[in-house]
Amino acid sequence: MPRVITGGKIVADGWVQLADDAPLPADGDVIVSLKRWLAERETLGARRGGVGVRLTGGDALDAIVPDLPQLPVIALEFPNFKDGRSFSFARLLRERHGYKGQLRAVGDVLRDQIYYMRRCGIDTLELRADRSAEDALAAFQELSVSYQAAVDDKQPLFRRVHRAGRN
Amino acid sequence: MYAYDQYDRTIVAERVAQFRDQVRRRLAGELTEDEFRPLRLMNGLYLQLHAYMLRIAVPYGLLSTKQMRMLAHIARNYDRGYGHFTTRQNLQFNWPKLEDVPDILADLASVEMHAIQTSGNCVRNVTSDEFAGVAADELEDPRPICEILRQWSTFHPEFVWLPRKFKIAVTGAKNDRAAVAFHDIGIRIVENAKGERGFEVQAGGGQGRTPAVAVVMKPFVEQRHLLSYIEAILRVYNMYGRRDNAFKARIKILVAETGADKFRAMVEEEWRHILKENATIDLTEDEIARVKSFFPAPPYRALPATDAGYEAAKAANRGFANWTRTNVVAHKVPGYAIAVISLKPHGGITGDCTAEQMEAIADLADDLSFGEIVVTHEQNLVLPHVEQSHLHGLYKRLIEIGCATANLGLLTNMIVCPGLDYCSLANARSIPVSQRIAERFDDLDRLHDIGPLDLNISGCINACGHHHVGHIGILGVNRHGEEYYQVSLGGYQGNEASIGDILGPAFREDQVADAVEKVIEVYLGARVNGERFIDTYRRIGKEPFKARVYAKAPKEPVHA
Repeated sequence: MPRVITGGKIVADGWVQLADDAPLPADGDVIVSLKRWLAERETLGARRGGVGVRLTGGDALDAIVPDLPQLPVIALEFPNFKDGRSFSFARLLRERHGYKGQLRAVGDVLRDQIYYMRRCGIDTLELRADRSAEDALAAFQELSVSYQAAVDDKQPLFRRVHRAGRN
Repeated sequence: MYAYDQYDRTIVAERVAQFRDQVRRRLAGELTEDEFRPLRLMNGLYLQLHAYMLRIAVPYGLLSTKQMRMLAHIARNYDRGYGHFTTRQNLQFNWPKLEDVPDILADLASVEMHAIQTSGNCVRNVTSDEFAGVAADELEDPRPICEILRQWSTFHPEFVWLPRKFKIAVTGAKNDRAAVAFHDIGIRIVENAKGERGFEVQAGGGQGRTPAVAVVMKPFVEQRHLLSYIEAILRVYNMYGRRDNAFKARIKILVAETGADKFRAMVEEEWRHILKENATIDLTEDEIARVKSFFPAPPYRALPATDAGYEAAKAANRGFANWTRTNVVAHKVPGYAIAVISLKPHGGITGDCTAEQMEAIADLADDLSFGEIVVTHEQNLVLPHVEQSHLHGLYKRLIEIGCATANLGLLTNMIVCPGLDYCSLANARSIPVSQRIAERFDDLDRLHDIGPLDLNISGCINACGHHHVGHIGILGVNRHGEEYYQVSLGGYQGNEASIGDILGPAFREDQVADAVEKVIEVYLGARVNGERFIDTYRRIGKEPFKARVYAKAPKEPVHA
């Protein structure tokens, strides 16, 4: 079974990423594209097993907003390390739309992006098969201070702590 | 200047440790060059034509003498004894060894410096007015705002993988010396009708392949709302900026393709949401006051407005008088002057500075300028607080170290990118062309007669040498494996910013100085009432220049 990092731990994961043309399994947890969700919402909702939706940077976020309360997982695609649109999606889902379910990063997830992903509200990382989960876990410890407000810290550093001026 | 506290120190120290581990993994073969690339780029480490190049951030151009001496130490111990000051007010080392880079970063951290976000598709080093804090035409010192933006942008969780790099400049003066209209975001400190301070925020300016003058996004943003408003711009850009073509990925393209009005409306809507969801990201009066406390005026002495000895030295020494005409700028405090140290020796390499020069300049800054040095976007250095009575001594010392060229604002004060001698992106060499032009215009009297003129040279369309805003701009292009140079006229980077017009077909390297010479002849012939080159150009237009430059068939201009 594939492994993901969630809650700071490496765990076995049963969610299956389903391609648009792949047949729908009778049961089990699947993650489908936004397009497939919008087209097959009723069929998907009626089957046994959980359903999550996968968003890519070009998707219109508004299309999924009404369905958020019934979706336990939203997967945010990082098609390559350079495409940072999903960082904005993550913050919008958490901060604007109050999404409380699992936000998982999928695709080209670099260990060196984990710090940013966590700050934007992504709580689960699905690493590429050729990347080490243990290695990625080590990256969690690399940066311990942040200046800005984000999903994890609602206050910027200057409101969180007392910082002295010039003495 | 700003001093790190425990939080700043932790962030920089952890970054050094992180990069040390990344380099270790690369050297051990755990990372391929492809995997290492995005990591090193986040830390200012480029692979150039011959070697790695390390770009070090000099936030808003401000250096202490301790920092300058550390740069000299690094130049001597890890490089070939010199560094290169850039148009981003940064410093580049051209020859570091990969295995030394973590140690270089650790040395930098010991003097509160770093290379964070000096490359990559993120918010880069925030630049500013090189005369910040001392300019006579200043409404407010922009450096506290620059420092606030430096901290806000450092490892910003949402905006480190933008469609393309992102440059912000801030000015607090009436005359814009920071070229804010040519930045992704330009910020001007302004006062509204009620006498309150705030910001005019511009966006969508830039040079490169598609030069554009920024549009005003909002004429007045209240001080406390600066960060939320900037976040709104960045979020709209991050979501909608083009990612299909790197040449069309800068925010200027998004603004142009969306239309300025619609883009403004999108940002405005995003901003309203952010204010509702996340008002705490905005600044507090305490935080603004805290950061401002790091930029007090130095303990100036009460001096007469004019120093008699200074006036006498000018009268007695023509070379000194010439230098003061160009390289000395009015200071806001009576009896003080802003002195610009030229890194543009005729025949030398623009912006290069040896370890010995760095140390000598650090000593001069300690003795004469309260220990402050500023890097300018025209690749010179500034001593911001020099008593008039010390200027002659300073001048003599600068002659000894080869930094007294009296050419600030004149034709040979060229901005020049590293070009094909160093850069893997370049199409043509820039440095030899600049040297030929400098040799041709070596006579200082002639330069002073020509008067204020910006000549800028880029070795490729990316425009690192700011050729679009040169009154005379030169762009290196490659045609069938040969280097040619396109000349443009009429660019301007100040308050009435404009982009240069291409004059006509490109020239071979050995024809460029001739073409510049002819352009100057036309100007001198047409000049009335001592007007500047740019004013003459705007008055008479391109045609007279074109007619003269392309007049003679035997010169065999090559078609562009």
